[in-house]
Amino acid sequence: MWEYTDKVMEHFLNPRNVGEVEDPDGVGEVGSLACGDALKLTFKLDKDGRIADVKFKTFGCASAIASSSVLTELIKGKTLEEAMKVTNRDIAEYLGGLPEQKMHCSVMGQEALEAAIANYRGQTVTGHDHEHGRIVCTCFGVTDKEIERVIRENDLTTVEQVTNYCKAGGGCGGCHGEIEKIIQAVQGQKVKEQTPPPPKKGRKLTTIQKIQLIQQTINEQVRPALRAHGGNIELIDVEGDKVIIAFRGMCAQCKISEFTMRDVVEAKLREFVSEDLFVEEDKDSVDAQHVHKG
Amino acid sequence: MKVVYFDNNATTRVADEVYEAMQPYFCELYGNPSSMHTFGGQVGIKVREARENVARLLGCDPSEVIFTSCGTESDSTAIHGTLAAVPQRRKVITTRVEHPAVLTVCRDLESRGYHVIELNVDKLGRLDLDELENCLDDETALVTIMYANNETGVVFPIEQIAEMVTSRGITFHTDAVQIVGKMPLKLSNSSINLLSLSGHKLHAPKGVGVLYVKKGTRIAPWLLGGHQEGGRRAGTENVPGIVGLGVACDLAFKYMDEENTRVKALRDRLETAILEACPDSRVNGDPGSRLPNTTNISFEYVEGEAILLLLDRFGICASSGSACTSGSLEPSHVLRAMGVPFTAAHGSVRFSLSRYSTEEEVDLAIEKMPPIINRLRELSPFVQNRALSR
Repeated sequence: MWEYTDKVMEHFLNPRNVGEVEDPDGVGEVGSLACGDALKLTFKLDKDGRIADVKFKTFGCASAIASSSVLTELIKGKTLEEAMKVTNRDIAEYLGGLPEQKMHCSVMGQEALEAAIANYRGQTVTGHDHEHGRIVCTCFGVTDKEIERVIRENDLTTVEQVTNYCKAGGGCGGCHGEIEKIIQAVQGQKVKEQTPPPPKKGRKLTTIQKIQLIQQTINEQVRPALRAHGGNIELIDVEGDKVIIAFRGMCAQCKISEFTMRDVVEAKLREFVSEDLFVEEDKDSVDAQHVHKG
Repeated sequence: MKVVYFDNNATTRVADEVYEAMQPYFCELYGNPSSMHTFGGQVGIKVREARENVARLLGCDPSEVIFTSCGTESDSTAIHGTLAAVPQRRKVITTRVEHPAVLTVCRDLESRGYHVIELNVDKLGRLDLDELENCLDDETALVTIMYANNETGVVFPIEQIAEMVTSRGITFHTDAVQIVGKMPLKLSNSSINLLSLSGHKLHAPKGVGVLYVKKGTRIAPWLLGGHQEGGRRAGTENVPGIVGLGVACDLAFKYMDEENTRVKALRDRLETAILEACPDSRVNGDPGSRLPNTTNISFEYVEGEAILLLLDRFGICASSGSACTSGSLEPSHVLRAMGVPFTAAHGSVRFSLSRYSTEEEVDLAIEKMPPIINRLRELSPFVQNRALSR
């Protein structure tokens, strides 16, 4: 059970400014049904350029609804320049704090506000700023830019915190290494190496060492990502630099199937084992039992 | 405020008779059942009686009942104990919808070099038995498949599966914590080798479980130490818990019919009324093969935690497969395995009843549920006004 403050419960039970402003000047939509929370923010300006009316509609848990409600209260009557200064921390503080795992709800509020203001200014920016970043977390579609930002604005130092604030890394966990690198890059000396280093490559490997390292890389770097999407991978054989693998039970509806998994595996093996490796899929070993049903 | 408890798949209230029966074993009859003196020995007799009660409910011999500390311990013992007994076999077959007590263990085995196959389920949460049959081979050490799913209540055809698996000389284990006491079992006529049950799911206290081990099943002990439980599970017995479980099994035997008639009728009424009053809602799980006490309903466009918190305002306890309730960011692995769309998985609510559930409680849930869904849909950006409840 979550320990919500009275303020969170009060705004959840009696949310302010619910709905959509008619004929709005700005509209911001972030999140999705798939992600588990989404927020649509609409506002109208008065003749002085201040936010005269603002409303929200939110799909999500109590803290998402409360964060949205507070956001509208915080920005009403402000100019857009003033409103832009409202951060996710302001929202969380107004609520008397949110559980750490729910901080992403306050971040969603901030993102929706920015999207709505951008919309007003004629820019097309979605909450997830894909054009200006590279997707790091494929499960929740979070980019490196978004991750950098929550780290900087909230002074985050661990992967767990990043997950709490923007969901990145909260699915399969396959991107934890990359998030760690981003934290290092942003925070520099502030954080020490906290995760064990990934498998080291570069030295001359015996055949047995190579096979073991390939297996280890598949176990640690590849399988968790597939698992999270209902799939699996098996190492069939290694012939010189040719790595033969088979995929199991891949889920047709999952997002990750948009990528060619063979390329992903190959990239990981080249990163962690040897640049010379190439991957072949063993289609023959996929017999009837492994075909995804339903 | 009165508590309306519809979360019996999570845990159940301890029956009054069970609580009563346990009382003497804390401060008066506190002897060790393994002791040679009469004071301890009389406790040993009570443990034996409890074992007989459990065996009667399971339809097996008392010697096939091993007391453990919980369902999770029973599961771990079954899996690790079997693998230790057949070390040359390195393959384990399970399903994607198992309880974490099994699934996490299997995934750990996989990381340690075992070949683990997780069978898929279809949209109704059913297994494909042909797929299972194709996976069975001489490498397979163990097949472990739950009897009934804790989230959806879907009941697998375990007798048929056990027959298929054991006829090939492979050990079969089933996590039956959700079904024991709700549907009759006769393990002496069954091919099931190993079966886990948990006391607190059938009105016994938390902290006591059972692993049923069919005579002739190859299994190594997992918890080593003293000679308790015939050397198959070391550790001084949880006497009050075991005595309580014995009484609980006796009661479950007595009330079995009620679970399948009155409780089932209450569940059906609750389910039908909610589905009728709330558009864009649907039941998750095979309606043709389900526990009598469980319903899992998805409400489109709204989120489960918000529903639970609003139900909580009226004292109604339920649970959800939404991401937010678990503290993780992804919805229930069971619903995802069934291919329930994310939109519906986030808005799923499970009501699980018991023989203590009443007509009035069901009426209250039926009254409160539609306005709660309506209220959240009014907040939801995905709802046009047409989708609101009647």
